[in-house]
Amino acid sequence: MDPIIILQAGVASGTVLLFATIGELFAERAGVLNLGVEGMMLIGAMSAFSIASATGNPWLGLLVAMLAAGLISQIHALITITLQADQVVSGLSLTFLGTGISLVLGEGLSKAGTISLLPNFSIPLLAQIPLLGPIFFTNQSILVYAGYLLTPLAWYYINHTRPGAHLRAVGEHPAAADSLGVNVQGLRYFYVFVGGVLAGLAGATISLAISPGWFSELTTAGQGWIAVGLVIFAQWDPLRAAFGSYTFGALRRLILDIQGPTTLLGLRNPFYYNPYWGFFLQMLPYAFTIIVLVIGSREAVRKRLGAPAALGTPYIRGERGL
Amino acid sequence: MSESQATAVYNATSSPPRPPVIQMLGIVKRFPGVLANDHADFEVLEGEIHALLGENGAGKSTLMNILAGLYRQDAGMILLRGKPVTFSSPRDAIQAGIGMVHQHFMLVPSQTVTENILLGLDEPRFLLRLSEFDRKVAEVSERFGLKVDPRAKVWQLSVGEQQRVEILKMLYRGAEILIMDEPTAVLAPQEIEGLFTTLRAMAAEGKTIIFISHKLQEVMAIADRVTVLRKGKVTASGVPARGMSRAELARLMVGRDVLFHLEKEAKTPGEVVLSVQDVYAENDKGLPALRGLSLEVRSGEIVGLAGVAGNGQRELSQVITGLRKCLKGQVWLSGELVSNKPVQFGIQRGLAYIPEDRHQVGSAPNLSITDNVIMKSYNKEPIAHGWMIDMTAATRFAEDLKEAYEIMAPTVRTPARLLSGGNLQRVILAREISGKPRLILAVQPTRGLDVGAIEGVQRLLLAQRAAGAAVLLISEELEELISLSDRIYVIYEGQIMGQVTDGNIEKIGLMMTGTPLSQIETGD
Repeated sequence: MDPIIILQAGVASGTVLLFATIGELFAERAGVLNLGVEGMMLIGAMSAFSIASATGNPWLGLLVAMLAAGLISQIHALITITLQADQVVSGLSLTFLGTGISLVLGEGLSKAGTISLLPNFSIPLLAQIPLLGPIFFTNQSILVYAGYLLTPLAWYYINHTRPGAHLRAVGEHPAAADSLGVNVQGLRYFYVFVGGVLAGLAGATISLAISPGWFSELTTAGQGWIAVGLVIFAQWDPLRAAFGSYTFGALRRLILDIQGPTTLLGLRNPFYYNPYWGFFLQMLPYAFTIIVLVIGSREAVRKRLGAPAALGTPYIRGERGL
Repeated sequence: MSESQATAVYNATSSPPRPPVIQMLGIVKRFPGVLANDHADFEVLEGEIHALLGENGAGKSTLMNILAGLYRQDAGMILLRGKPVTFSSPRDAIQAGIGMVHQHFMLVPSQTVTENILLGLDEPRFLLRLSEFDRKVAEVSERFGLKVDPRAKVWQLSVGEQQRVEILKMLYRGAEILIMDEPTAVLAPQEIEGLFTTLRAMAAEGKTIIFISHKLQEVMAIADRVTVLRKGKVTASGVPARGMSRAELARLMVGRDVLFHLEKEAKTPGEVVLSVQDVYAENDKGLPALRGLSLEVRSGEIVGLAGVAGNGQRELSQVITGLRKCLKGQVWLSGELVSNKPVQFGIQRGLAYIPEDRHQVGSAPNLSITDNVIMKSYNKEPIAHGWMIDMTAATRFAEDLKEAYEIMAPTVRTPARLLSGGNLQRVILAREISGKPRLILAVQPTRGLDVGAIEGVQRLLLAQRAAGAAVLLISEELEELISLSDRIYVIYEGQIMGQVTDGNIEKIGLMMTGTPLSQIETGD
């Protein structure tokens, strides 16, 4: 139970949540709620592992994972943007579809044996910083470092660039964007795709880097849902999303580790002797997600938290005031 | 419209000959079940203020949405300075110099003024560089006298300021022709005067302005020429506004003579029916909407509540009916506390509610007229027998009301959604008034209705006043408030600024923009 190791592993495991959360955040900022994150992550994890073990090239696996999840996200885009069906129903179906496809195609993959993984390394100078160095910059996967870059880039893109301003406008007031010639439907397709790609990346991060392998639906173990909850928790802000993701990553790790030792702070460790306490702890992130989703689904609360005003509603030109 | 007619017009106004900048010829636009524009011709001259007048639903906005590239016409053509043009999107129209300011503002509330103005433009290419563009926006706003802080977020701005942002958005894009869709609907009287000054200044700079309105006095105040639409057809094309009387314009607009005066008999108000005391409530976002509001309505009087939309009117009506939580203070109905009680409680004590949204709140669109009118009496004799509903009695009840309130529908089994706005409002009024209410709470009861239907609704409210009911009329139509009300309260940011009994529009206007009556009277 070394806190440095827990935090270091927490950052790695939080990177999975980070990619998925930021991906979902992009889609939601454009006004499309995609509850299919879990399914897209499974598609990503499965195809990454499958391609990497077949070709021996984890980079190709990563690329295919992102494309595959991006492609399957376009089903949701078609159903909710063009056909204007309910986003919740379509997103749930996407989770079922993604889970089903990855279980069928991933059949037998768990016996694939060892494969070559994405590289881990330390960043020279930065690793020397006391406390932060060992946690953030020592022996982490290249994808963890990619996560460090993604967060500020996503924040800067959304708040300080022209395409970012268009993204916000499309999610807040699509009719205003449309009246000035912004392609509302096109941008929504694009950001659902971005969300899919990042969910695929999150899945590949699990199977090729953080906890390598394919363990059917236990590979993601509901982290897609935690990501959906984290977007609300982060109030649609990438910086808060990063904070939430790493915190949850560390918590997940702590929950695992706390069940190891026989004594805790000099006392008899209840989590070691009584497995039910352990199960209870493991339940907490999911309980949190359910609570956040229930609270966040209330219109009044969403308004107060600053949700994109058009989140969940299809845009039809000529309706509502035009 | 032919050249010779246009020539005649500028000879008549003795201004130098101006070429037509826009000609719309034989425009036809169909929506499912509606012919919105029926071979409409429309011509605007360079540098004029041209009013497009018509009732709600006459096809004014549709015609202008076609010109602004939002809709595509089914037939007909558009000439811009004599050359045919087709716009497949608003972007095309803006590039051709045609910009539209919509009735419902097309602004992103969470973004700054500059961000809203830059939306959809190619410049800046990638980085926003807001401080640089804040300066450019400030330059344009200075040039046209449209004062607004470029760095402010839109949700922080008043409605008048938001409108200026909308106009700036178009001017920044170099619009030469500006379409204003009902621009005064959301403004207080003083702000309207400010808008008119701006519009005149822009016309003097050579911009062409198309002013969509259904308000006669405004059209006569601002427009050089007027085109009138009725039921999708042009009934008067480019007539000079100065040469027309109000009655003539009204006839062109409605198709028959319109009475401008309602008979209102003198009546002394009775005991207090509704008493709202120091009420506080929050809006949907959890922000304070009512802040210590008090008012009283007596039996036999109509009390108006004036105010710019969004100042707490909606929340007040919901607190009175019990649909919204009252955080502090009380609402009394004939001496009984009704705030924070179930909705049914107020209804049983004679509260009638005519909500603003007649389709979603006032009626159940898929249910029949019968089901809609018995919604308040289904649990009482003779319609209820214990826990059963006597459908014969219900049908008889509905048929009586249909006749008494002149509801135009094939049968009482017709679903409410198939009724026109005026008929649906009659269904709601029939249900509410037939219960012999003590208090009628009417929110925007005539919004979106045609002139004939408005008259009918107003007469019914006056009849209830004569019958001794207390009426609280919440409306944004000042003219309606002044002609119907015995007293008018003015609401601003959830507080009552004061009340007038003489219909003094100047005082009302000052209070609507936040000056309390006490200050007006001391002359500050």
